Amino acid sequence: MAISEKHVLGEPPSNRLDGWRGFRTGRWIHDVDVGDFLTLNLTPYEGDEKFLAPPTTATKSLWNIVLELMKKERDNGGVLDVDTNTVSTIVSHEPGYIDPWLEKIVGLQTDAPLKRSVQPFGGIRMVIDACEAYGYKLPDEIIRTFTDIRKTHNQGVFDAYTTEMKLARKAGIVTGLPDAYGRGRIIGDYRRVALYGVDRLLSAKQADLKRMEQEKLTDDVIRAREEVSEQIRALGELKQMAASYGFDISGPAATAKEAVQWLYFAYLAAIKEQNGAAMSLGRVSSFLDIYIERDIQENRLTEVEAQELVDHLVMKLRLVKFLRTPDYNELFSGDPTWVTESIGGMGLDGKTRVTRNSFRFLHTLYNLGPAPEPNLTVLWSTELPQGFKEFCAKVSIDTSSIQYENDDLMRPIYGDDYGIACCVSAMRIGKQLQFFGARANLAKALLYAINGGVDEMLGIQVGPASAPIGGDVLNFEEVMKRYDEMLEWLAKLYMETLNVIHYMHDKYSYERIEMALHDTEIIRTMACGIAGLSVVADSLSAIKYAKVKPIRNDKGLAVDFEIEGEYPQYGNNDDRVDELAVQLTETFMNKLKKHRTYRGAIPTQSVLTITSNVVYGKKTGSTPDGRKQGDPFAPGANPMHGRDRKGALASLNSVAKLPYESSLDGISNTFSLIPKALGREADARVRNLVSLLDGYAAKRGHHLNVNVFNREQLLDAMEHPEQYPQLTIRVSGYAVNFIKLTRAQQMDVISRTFHGSM
Amino acid sequence: MNAMHMGRIHSLDTFGTVDGPGIRFVLFMQGCPLRCQYCHNPDSWERTGGTLRSVEEILEEIEPYVDYYKNSGGGITVTGGEPTLQASFVAELFKACKARWGLNTALDTSGYCDQNRVSELLEVTDLVLLDLKLMSADGHRKLTGQTNERILSFAKLLSKRRKRIWIRHVLVPGLTDGAGDLMALGRFVEGLNVVDKIEILPYHRMGAYKWQQLGIPYPLEGAMEPSALEVDRAEHYIEQGKLLGRNSVV
Repeated sequence: MAISEKHVLGEPPSNRLDGWRGFRTGRWIHDVDVGDFLTLNLTPYEGDEKFLAPPTTATKSLWNIVLELMKKERDNGGVLDVDTNTVSTIVSHEPGYIDPWLEKIVGLQTDAPLKRSVQPFGGIRMVIDACEAYGYKLPDEIIRTFTDIRKTHNQGVFDAYTTEMKLARKAGIVTGLPDAYGRGRIIGDYRRVALYGVDRLLSAKQADLKRMEQEKLTDDVIRAREEVSEQIRALGELKQMAASYGFDISGPAATAKEAVQWLYFAYLAAIKEQNGAAMSLGRVSSFLDIYIERDIQENRLTEVEAQELVDHLVMKLRLVKFLRTPDYNELFSGDPTWVTESIGGMGLDGKTRVTRNSFRFLHTLYNLGPAPEPNLTVLWSTELPQGFKEFCAKVSIDTSSIQYENDDLMRPIYGDDYGIACCVSAMRIGKQLQFFGARANLAKALLYAINGGVDEMLGIQVGPASAPIGGDVLNFEEVMKRYDEMLEWLAKLYMETLNVIHYMHDKYSYERIEMALHDTEIIRTMACGIAGLSVVADSLSAIKYAKVKPIRNDKGLAVDFEIEGEYPQYGNNDDRVDELAVQLTETFMNKLKKHRTYRGAIPTQSVLTITSNVVYGKKTGSTPDGRKQGDPFAPGANPMHGRDRKGALASLNSVAKLPYESSLDGISNTFSLIPKALGREADARVRNLVSLLDGYAAKRGHHLNVNVFNREQLLDAMEHPEQYPQLTIRVSGYAVNFIKLTRAQQMDVISRTFHGSM
Repeated sequence: MNAMHMGRIHSLDTFGTVDGPGIRFVLFMQGCPLRCQYCHNPDSWERTGGTLRSVEEILEEIEPYVDYYKNSGGGITVTGGEPTLQASFVAELFKACKARWGLNTALDTSGYCDQNRVSELLEVTDLVLLDLKLMSADGHRKLTGQTNERILSFAKLLSKRRKRIWIRHVLVPGLTDGAGDLMALGRFVEGLNVVDKIEILPYHRMGAYKWQQLGIPYPLEGAMEPSALEVDRAEHYIEQGKLLGRNSVV
């Protein structure tokens, strides 16, 4: 080893083992191809959870330190410390530790746990405001550098935004846009560093750069050459950062411990460089299992030690923090980072991708207690081994900390080595990325259609001007015609806005290390999104099947609606209204497809709000479905609160009708049950939840968050937050600490439909 | 089969997990002859209420979810109200569920019924969820408005016809938790040869708001939900009663 490991790590320097010893060889030897390596070397596990080990003393001691720090962070108003003097890069900070004598896996974003760093490349404003909000002062020198000398992504975007875009953003018809910070949702293939070592990846990128010399130097090729050069530089910095911790990661990892460490360093480099909205991990657990299996076979590692490695990695992932403003945190509830890890699924060869390490990752929720991060995501297939299905169900019931996504739906599209970015966005790891596009507010667009493009809250013209719809009662055909025109306008404006954002992000805040861990030739998607699906479906249904009378203010704006009669509501498996929801997703997707996208990205769409359903609701006037001004939307693709009256399966069926083909970026459904609603006895609950997940998958439902708890427990947690530091609940696409939600969000969660008979 | 047979329906739940094994379609029938003080569905009492729906319509409601019910070892449960008031409708429905999908059928009843009218229904019922509320005839009348004579005799009929039963008992502290009555219950159950399970259902107040909505004074104002300890205690007494029953039979 060129650099000896630090003595504190307790590891004597030894002769390097062959990193690839004992592996079945194949294509992956010649090309960077982790998928091929997995197919050849994975050991599927069909058993149950009985082999799992409890936490070690070191794990418990470390976790107690972390819990104490997290408590201090909460007591300190949400931020423990900020290093205001150092701009974060891969190599910016000295090594940091929780306790170097106990940690099996090392590396922190700064030189101390929970000390946040300054990441201004996405936008300096966000950093200044965040520092101020938490009582820190960003040095003038840094402000000047990122204002007068080095342009940021945020400034670039606002230089190019049109008047109309700024107005739409202000009115909140498009919102949550990644125009002031890192866009995220790009997953580096961090496994590559463990499997190949950095040097091999460097030489592959150098070869790509060389190959590009054959091509005509168009704008695209010039940009690509600059980007690959940046990637090569970033890989060098990755090695340098690892060396500062005493590790030489130029070659392949040779043991399980090294594999975890190499992989984590690669991820750490990414989060030091980018404060992306979602910084997902990919699909690492079964990859790491191959190294653990080998070490166990060679008697280098015991089950207890294997679990310890996983626990320590997961502990690090729970410590990931970004410096963000309080209103950002209000939008997304708490302090999310979306360190999403995808677990399980099936291989294209028909064998399961579940390994013992799939169980170990879920088991961290017992060894360390429940937590929102990492965002543990089970890729569910009806073909998964029964033992794993039942363990997942048990973990869900005990911790409410995992989400499920339909592998049977995604595998035919993305193959068997894809991962989830953020909440519900599938992508081939290392081969595909998405340009994150937040979402358009389709409920507000409906009000624009009724009000001739005037914003019902601001009272100003935002959409294209036309005469408002007149008459005492809304006519379905007329509303549909006007709505279609309004959506046409919105789709164009929205797509162009995203093009501006991603053009500037590539230019001023390029993800060097994450892209270094992708193939050089990749697929890009433009991930648009919609909010207010159930509000619009119910509104259109009300207009069609009941009588909806607009109540207009003195300016002639429809500010409220009176409904006469009943109408079919989304969430009851009633085709009359469910079809309207299906049509809406298809129509908007088709409109998005009409427009040119930046870098030829393939347009996709999600039905996902995260927790912004509360904020969207706040910014949207009363709607024709009877929802009042300011009331929250339902999250994601969920039916509106209390309108699904035929029980859980009818509600799930309505959502499962939404075509995944028109929402390839994911369809989020959040499902809350009281424990009793799954059955009276513990084993019946597990069986019933497994049947429910199998049934939803078979009906082609895409995503399900499963929460199992009592309303009373949540009410108590609102009153006594100190007693529930780890109470975790799933919200649209991810999980949060319940006690970190704002009061409005807590009330929204509590008032939502809990499935369970009285 | 007469699929046009109409029934008065209170409501339905596509995801029932506490009324019989597995995941179940639960149909709540409208109308009940009892007026139990702890009833959590008083809006299902009135025999003229609800919505008239045909067997075929109900089958259409079930159809999308049959896979869930079959794969989980579940089925259909008809409850109420009192389902035996509309015995022929329920019998038609059960028959059709069996013929079309081979679904397991469960009848959740107070047992307060006319035995001559339920024979056909019992033919197509796999499991009876039978509420035994109180063993004391007098207490039963106070609690429900009727004595329990018919109910106990119905239980014996089920035993004679070899119908599987799950006994259920709603536990209200101070009302249905007397040691003597619980032991009598255990003893009675021991005399039936077809009981697979006794479920104690802890009383809850979540139905109280419905009484208020209907403008009926809630008779259990001030009643407490039982603690886990009280549930254990009740189980213990029922067990004692079963033991006594067993010994006296020998």
